[in-house]
Amino acid sequence: MATKYDWPAVEDRSLIGKRHDRVDGPEKARGDAKYSYDRNLSGMLFARLVTSPVPHGRIIGIDTSRAEKVKGYKGHVNILNPGDEIQWAGKEVLAIAADTEEHARDAAHAVAVNIEKLDHWVKEEDVKKAGEANRVKPAKDDAKGPDLAAAWEGAEVTHEGYYGLGVITHCCLEPHGQVVDWTGDDIKVYASTQAVARIPADLAKGLSRDESIGRVEAGQVEVITPYMGGGFGSKFNIDTWGIACAQLSKKTGKPVKLMLDRNEEVTVAGSRPSDYGNVKVGAKKDGTIVAYESETWSTGGIAGRGSPPLPYIFDNDEKLAQKIRHLNVSTNIGPARAWRAPNHPQAAVLTMCPLEDLAAKLDMDPVEFFKKNADLTARPEVYRYEIDKCAEMIDWKNKWRKRGDSGSGPVKRGLGMSLHTWGGRPHDSTCEVRIEPDGGVSVSMASQDLGVGTYTTLSVVAAETLGLDIPDIRINIGNSKLPISGASGGSTTVGGTTASTRRATVNALEELKGVVAESLGVEAGDLMAKDHKIFAKSDSSKSLSWADACKKLGNRTITGQGKQPDRDGGKLNDSGVGGVQMADVSVDTETGIVTINKIAAVQDVGLVVCLKQSESQVYGALIQGVAWALYEESIYDQTSGKMLNADMEFYKLSGAGDIGELEVHMVQNKYDDRGVIGIGEPPAISPGAAISNAVANAIGVRVPTLPLTPDRILAALADA
Amino acid sequence: MRNFEYLAPTQVKAAAQALSEHEGVTAVLAGGTDLLSLMKQRVANPQRVVGLRGIRELHGIAKQGGGMRIGAMATIQDLLDSKAAGAYTALMQAAKGITSPQIRAMGTVVGDLLQRPRCWYYRNGHGLLAMHEGKSMVPNGENRYHAILGNKGPAYFVSASSFAPALIALGAQVTVADAEGERQMPVKDLFRIPGAEGERENTLKPNEIVIEILVPSVSGWKTATYEVRQRRLLDWPLATASVACRMSGNNVRDARVVMGHVAPIPWRSSEAETALKSKGLSDGNAEAAGKAAVAAATPLSGNKAKVQLAGVAVKRAVMLAGGRSVV
Amino acid sequence: MSSNKPIEGSVEGSGAEQRKGFSRRTFIEGIGLGAGAVGSVVVTDGAQADHHVPVGPDPVSITLNINGKNHDLKVEPRVTLIDALRNQLDYTGAKKVCDRATCGACTVMLDGLPAYACTTFAIEAQGRKIETIEGISAGDKMHPVQQYFVEHDAQQCGFCTPGFVMAGKAIVDKNPRPSMSEVEDGLCGNICRCGTYVGVRQAVYDAAGKGSA
Repeated sequence: MATKYDWPAVEDRSLIGKRHDRVDGPEKARGDAKYSYDRNLSGMLFARLVTSPVPHGRIIGIDTSRAEKVKGYKGHVNILNPGDEIQWAGKEVLAIAADTEEHARDAAHAVAVNIEKLDHWVKEEDVKKAGEANRVKPAKDDAKGPDLAAAWEGAEVTHEGYYGLGVITHCCLEPHGQVVDWTGDDIKVYASTQAVARIPADLAKGLSRDESIGRVEAGQVEVITPYMGGGFGSKFNIDTWGIACAQLSKKTGKPVKLMLDRNEEVTVAGSRPSDYGNVKVGAKKDGTIVAYESETWSTGGIAGRGSPPLPYIFDNDEKLAQKIRHLNVSTNIGPARAWRAPNHPQAAVLTMCPLEDLAAKLDMDPVEFFKKNADLTARPEVYRYEIDKCAEMIDWKNKWRKRGDSGSGPVKRGLGMSLHTWGGRPHDSTCEVRIEPDGGVSVSMASQDLGVGTYTTLSVVAAETLGLDIPDIRINIGNSKLPISGASGGSTTVGGTTASTRRATVNALEELKGVVAESLGVEAGDLMAKDHKIFAKSDSSKSLSWADACKKLGNRTITGQGKQPDRDGGKLNDSGVGGVQMADVSVDTETGIVTINKIAAVQDVGLVVCLKQSESQVYGALIQGVAWALYEESIYDQTSGKMLNADMEFYKLSGAGDIGELEVHMVQNKYDDRGVIGIGEPPAISPGAAISNAVANAIGVRVPTLPLTPDRILAALADA
Repeated sequence: MRNFEYLAPTQVKAAAQALSEHEGVTAVLAGGTDLLSLMKQRVANPQRVVGLRGIRELHGIAKQGGGMRIGAMATIQDLLDSKAAGAYTALMQAAKGITSPQIRAMGTVVGDLLQRPRCWYYRNGHGLLAMHEGKSMVPNGENRYHAILGNKGPAYFVSASSFAPALIALGAQVTVADAEGERQMPVKDLFRIPGAEGERENTLKPNEIVIEILVPSVSGWKTATYEVRQRRLLDWPLATASVACRMSGNNVRDARVVMGHVAPIPWRSSEAETALKSKGLSDGNAEAAGKAAVAAATPLSGNKAKVQLAGVAVKRAVMLAGGRSVV
Repeated sequence: MSSNKPIEGSVEGSGAEQRKGFSRRTFIEGIGLGAGAVGSVVVTDGAQADHHVPVGPDPVSITLNINGKNHDLKVEPRVTLIDALRNQLDYTGAKKVCDRATCGACTVMLDGLPAYACTTFAIEAQGRKIETIEGISAGDKMHPVQQYFVEHDAQQCGFCTPGFVMAGKAIVDKNPRPSMSEVEDGLCGNICRCGTYVGVRQAVYDAAGKGSA
């Protein structure tokens, strides 16, 4: 049912879906944007963590006597206490503050923590060994669809293989951390967070456990985060270091800055779980997939984790026989946190790779094979369209060769593809739009811009609604005192915040139209806002400029409220998208080095709000994908139990020279009526599987596990 | 990082006098690209840092005699910009392998020779030999980047220098100064395999300073360096090789083949040199030299691939020296 | 500790570097030396500050020339340029990320060449021309590299951006017509986590030959 809030029809859109410069672009390019790490408050102290060098143990004692004599020492708080158990190396034990950063390090170094060592385990790929170490627990055992035995019986071609990918880490460039300024009853927190509105309660709860502080109310806390330097799913909570930082501020009466150092950031502030497993797939000779069976295992640290959604996308419960078994391996490594599209990239590898191997066995072109089986997915039409579009972008028809048909020189070229899906429903959001008598417009909510473009999308929605331009809108986000909006996770932000903004802006405009209607002597319903004017649709000579219209408010400011969800607020959002990616790679078979020639991506997200920033999200996902497909891996040493590459030197990310050509196509004007759906996660899912498939196509054999490092590629070639 | 006292003399002698004869007490600072990281990791904890920046004579690269002098403060960028260095193909190719413009501008050529191993056990504070309960953690640990040659133990790290293989292949010398005077030695003799924890991988005394590198003329030689790096840019090599061949007509009269990142020291391969002697720089001979270079390799639990990579590095360096394209 | 005689004894080291003969008389943890010599530093004709005699470990007065302006400050010798810029002078454009000369977020220009401020001692930056992100635009007018960063959406979270802008400026300062491959080479000392390279390399490529702000 149509409502006044509905997104404007395509012909009425002057801003939505177009290319715009990022609103916060100049401030960031100038280095003027103030991140939490950049806050220098008067009298501010610096705090450091003391962390456990031991992966598993029990604290016997903590001796701070030497630390307290260190020059510049101002105070410390325990995070753990004697008797507490430590479950991973790098676990935070204590926070200590001093007058300078250097002195804080001296003081942290002078703390002696006595830990009784207990047995540890940090490896999971060899699940048998992990089992012998008593680290494996069943997590899922599920069967769906037609009878499995009958399906195997009916399968004319089957394939069985081993696949997997290791643990990676978020490695946000701005580390986790915050500056806390506790003055009187007021606690200001400059936090690097994806959840501005959630942090006050989180912090208040944490602080209230400290008897020396007593009860703290969420209302005392103000979180200020206009800019934050990357989260990717790892920055939803205040964390122990945030609570400790606040305790130190209370204790010392000074603002305190506590940002993790790089080793801490990489070791404890977030990781993406691994996944390994044996997968069996079967099809009819014509390529129709009939059965999928897997036994997989993974680790997300000591607590284990959920299991990947297998089989991925091709999961029709009526047509496909499925049997899934998943095991959790408990390891003494830094705990898992959500990582762009939790579980999906792993599921894509564990599905698209065996299916591509099956296609090779069937002697089928993967494009034909996946299109043929699109009926097993939830959105066959979307995928068929996207596969064709993507194939065209990467010139699949001319460039694809059968496996082992890639020439005689040492460098082999190959193409591969993968499909993905994600929900991307809107989160809850409330928005307040103010129209001032001087014509000024502000949009306010306690949301945050992780770099995805929230400032820009909200500006576009408000300006489009009011017939203004992007610079006419002032965006107030990144403050927890503003109307509550959801945390930025699961691709929920763009849907939630644009919906609440649209509704608030429409409401505010209605009120202004009422004032203008009286002044022009027309019906409010006849008025339209466009091109900095409000005019009567029936008689455009009856018109006021935006500035003059607002002047009519006298000394009154209009405040429009909008929220998501809103039962009567029209259909502004949806959930569930499809995307396809294809990779073109070259592999030097003498060195095992993979070069990306090109990656093409086609992505549906319903209604695109800002085309340029949407494309940037996809580019970014592809570039991150190149990293975890080829380079990235957290490397844990069983003897010491430490992550050995907790840095940016041997924890390898992709650089500007590693990515080849990237081409992104956002599907527009096709599924717009579904409304705005999130984009952060979907494009981050397929790169690994697509690149792995391209490598297999190039060299003729499957390299079972990611990242596709030279040693693994040479080993796969040697085994072939 | 522990605090320290700092001085920046203007004379080599004063700098040498400011150094302690005891290991680890003082540190010499040139470009700092390695030293600062070591100090932040508390792997190096000098009480005094002696900066060389103010010593004018240590700056610059110049022709000297028939060869070239590289001062201790000459940066990688200086080398790339130097007219004198252009003839030393192996050295220039090694320089181009250090891709970060910032490292090129800050890091010195001598500092590259003297940088400590990148071994992650060492950098994480487990010591150069990574000993744990009496034995090294490396042979059955995370050793994908570790040594495949010269790895009988207890040292398993690899020499990280980009320039050492090239300079050794080119027959370069270094001049070393202490408070009493100067001495010269081949670049090769700067390196050693430590036999016990506490020993270093270089032969410098704590109060000595490398003040220059002297590279002889390479007239009549064909030289090249090939690095196998996973990422095209800004990555440590998995294996490198530098070759220098003195030609007699189309045949090799003398050959020097030196591999990097394969052993605790830059690894000269007499096997590969023998394979090249009296032969042309054909692809087939390059392949044979590559095979010979790693014939005696003894990989650890997780670095078998490096045997092939080192062989390919030698093969491709020989092909480059022969003016052929590598892939 | 005020003469430049060799220091006797050895430092209390961690692990590998531990040696006998350590003398607590000479050095205690680098902390609270109190009576240590504090050298006052004279900067002579734009040249390196004169440190014939040891200074530190207590704070030393130094002068840094940043974006054409002299700043006087006191730093312990161990203070890195990035920490001096950010913590003492509130130049927070350059970021501290890897802190190990790898990621380039701290990139500044030293005497016209890009350098990692995290791996430069502030005391060694005396007498050198330091240029930071704050110094490359002219009032409201951004440097062409910055303008094209905005145009090509070469930034997401933006935390790596100032370092990339400086690395980009170093490229175009040196080469008015770089190829795309030369642009990639010049950017390789920097790392972005969000994945903005498509815009970054195009921005630098387009900014080449367009002069300064």
